[in-house]
Amino acid sequence: MRMIQTEKLVYEYEKRDEEGNIIGSHRAINAVDVHVEPGEFVAILGHNGSGKSTLAKHMNAILTPTEGTMWVNGRDTKEPDNLWEVRQSAGMVFQNPDNQIIGTVVEEDVGFGPENLGVPTEEIWKRVEKSLEAVGMIEYRHHSPNKLSGGQKQRVAIAGVVAMEPKCIVLDEPTAMLDPNGRKEVLRAVEELRRREKVTVILITHYMEEVVDADRVIVMDQGNVVMEGTPREIFSRVEELKKYRLDVPQVTLLAYELQQRGLPLSNGILKTEELVKELCQLH
Amino acid sequence: MIRDITIGQYYPADSILHRLDPRVKISCTLLYLISLFLFKSVLGYVIAGCFLAGVIWLSKVPVKFIVKGLKPIVMLLMITVIFNLFLTNEGDVLVKVWIFKITEGGLRTAVFMAIRLVFLIAGSTIMTLTTTPNALTDGIEKLLRPLNKIHVPVHEIAMMMSIALRFIPILLEETDKIMKAQIARGADLESGNIIQKAKNMIPILVPLFVSAFRRANDLAMAMEARCYRGGDGRTKMKPLVYHSRDYLSYTVMAAYLVVVVGIGRYVPFHLWIF
Repeated sequence: MRMIQTEKLVYEYEKRDEEGNIIGSHRAINAVDVHVEPGEFVAILGHNGSGKSTLAKHMNAILTPTEGTMWVNGRDTKEPDNLWEVRQSAGMVFQNPDNQIIGTVVEEDVGFGPENLGVPTEEIWKRVEKSLEAVGMIEYRHHSPNKLSGGQKQRVAIAGVVAMEPKCIVLDEPTAMLDPNGRKEVLRAVEELRRREKVTVILITHYMEEVVDADRVIVMDQGNVVMEGTPREIFSRVEELKKYRLDVPQVTLLAYELQQRGLPLSNGILKTEELVKELCQLH
Repeated sequence: MIRDITIGQYYPADSILHRLDPRVKISCTLLYLISLFLFKSVLGYVIAGCFLAGVIWLSKVPVKFIVKGLKPIVMLLMITVIFNLFLTNEGDVLVKVWIFKITEGGLRTAVFMAIRLVFLIAGSTIMTLTTTPNALTDGIEKLLRPLNKIHVPVHEIAMMMSIALRFIPILLEETDKIMKAQIARGADLESGNIIQKAKNMIPILVPLFVSAFRRANDLAMAMEARCYRGGDGRTKMKPLVYHSRDYLSYTVMAAYLVVVVGIGRYVPFHLWIF
């Protein structure tokens, strides 16, 4: 069974004039077919307004499709009876860390999800401990979230989702509001989670550097899936990416430019070490 | 200035007060606040003050923190003091300037009122400083549970309160930021009379409200995403259970009440030293 699967998924926003009358609609997602296998790390890339966040919100049944179907863990998100199961199996981390932390103490916030699920008290404590450890925030368990840095807050938010023991975690631009250090922290936490919990990760972002470790990259533009493949495949198509207003990582761009000038380098170099190695082998 | 408000902020520490059951803290705070109005003798104030000082010492919260929480009520305090000072007409006249006169009774009421207010605020501040808002809400929820029978949405009210408390510091910080941004653009917040000053607040309040609504929307989404669906079927991470220390606190509180009320009743009013 696939973790996530969509079939001809369409989502339309209603456009309204000042009196609230519907004057038309805007297609945020246009007949998209995507699927994610259990345990996979999939990155969804796209510029502002590409529909990537709208797609993410479907995975948690915050939005339901206008047309087409979305299955999460084999369950149709349109069925109201499936709602809570869908939300439990696909946890969601949002962009703004301040607006998704409910508790006033770190551990109470992490316990919020399991409390809602009706998990017995002792089990909640075990889960809270385990998830805070997984994101490396255990020593902050008694702190107030207001005094944490952006990266730390976001890690708490991730722990809050992990404590619900989802099969899949959807991260909707988790690093967009963070400084470079915070960004690294969050990505390291996600990596650690994948290693420990073998959880499926769907990362929505517009930072290309964040997707080099993904198993698969999906590029969206204006509501359509326009590219799909391994990071190496995607990043070797520099010109095409530029068309969708996405910047390739600096190393990849440098390697690409060098290649254009006639240096025999391989396609889609993702990391600095790779480029160094290839350059050293040239002579 | 705006960050000085400590009401609704939790001070993490490991003290007996922090570990007490929130129900104990809420009912005792309430009883303490009521007790402040049950005596009139100076001895009563001394005992109430000592009790408060003892509680603050037990809580391990720096006194500095509580004093900071009092700053915002200085204005209120001044107004109360001035009104009591000039409008109470009782006993000998101490000072008389034109139509204003200060009587002995007025002075007494003013000073006592000020002390009462300070105790009142300090007492409730110490409760919020030692109780996490979540525990506070849990306590209120449990204390008010009987009202559920007459269809009062107790859980929802408690949840709203806890969220409001969580967002107080965030919104204060935001107000600070917006103020600075508007000042940087030439907004004048200081000059003019009261009406003009109030008008000058509009460029701060409008963005603040917009942002508060946006945050509320985000938060509601995040809560739903984490399977929040009201109070039914919810379990507690920290269920409320009375321990022996809680019973002990109730006993101490009862003893304090007996002493204070006793003094208020039986120690004559004119034991007044000034």
